[in-house]
Amino acid sequence: MKGTLIILAFFTAGVLLGISGELPKTLISADWSMYALYLLMFLAGIGIGADRKSWSVIRSINVKIFLVPAGIITGTFIGVTISSLLIPTLSLREVLAVGAGFGYYSLSSVFISELHSEALGVVALLSNIFREISTLLFTPLLVKYFGKLAGIASGGATSMDTTLPVISKFSGRDYAIISVFSGIVLTILVPFMVTFILTFGK
Amino acid sequence: MIAILILMLSGILVGLALGKYPITLKINDKLLNAAIYLLLLLLGIGVGLNDKIIDNFYNIGLQALIIALGAIAGSVVFCWVIYKTFFHLK
Repeated sequence: MKGTLIILAFFTAGVLLGISGELPKTLISADWSMYALYLLMFLAGIGIGADRKSWSVIRSINVKIFLVPAGIITGTFIGVTISSLLIPTLSLREVLAVGAGFGYYSLSSVFISELHSEALGVVALLSNIFREISTLLFTPLLVKYFGKLAGIASGGATSMDTTLPVISKFSGRDYAIISVFSGIVLTILVPFMVTFILTFGK
Repeated sequence: MIAILILMLSGILVGLALGKYPITLKINDKLLNAAIYLLLLLLGIGVGLNDKIIDNFYNIGLQALIIALGAIAGSVVFCWVIYKTFFHLK
């Protein structure tokens, strides 16, 4: 939660700086965010590779557990397809790309604004922040009515870190492993799926 | 965009090699946070300079909310079926 607020603060500070127009030319003209994105992806890779805990989690698991991220991907895409019927100004491709963030707002928003447009990048930022915050708030309720996978499903890629404590508390510690696993799989897939959705067959 | 995916994969390989030193993850987390803050600041600046987004902020927020609700509802219902069928056997 604190992490999300800091991120929103940086984003808001950027928006205000942009609106004020008090920016040096070099900052606007060069494609700084592209280089920063390269750096982010490299570091994100190191984080995944160096995390011994998550690799051992993946090794100790039976096949059934793959159903969870697969179900989250399928369910998310079906759900946002229905959402897209309510949003005539966005194409299905655009809505699917936002959904493919699975709560990983920092990466998906930057990715989408580089690949597609800043406007859709902001939709991705807000939508995926909503997904994380809703998971933090409603996991107790969701688990009560929709079973112990509900918090993991709602959390998407965030179920490996930011929403893990609340999931582990309400679904039980034996579901924490499933939660971490599903979150890792989705986190790794986010950049690939967003790229695929926005560029394939275009 | 291929460059980005290759960078991520090479990062994973570097991480696998450096993972035996616990300090790697600590330093990497700090750098990763700094990179995320920088990127969101830059995204914010781009948005602030873009009048079309600023004038439509309410609409954009509403669209984001509708997509988030669809994503959550879809995955929760789907995983409910998976839970009932494969996990809740006892």
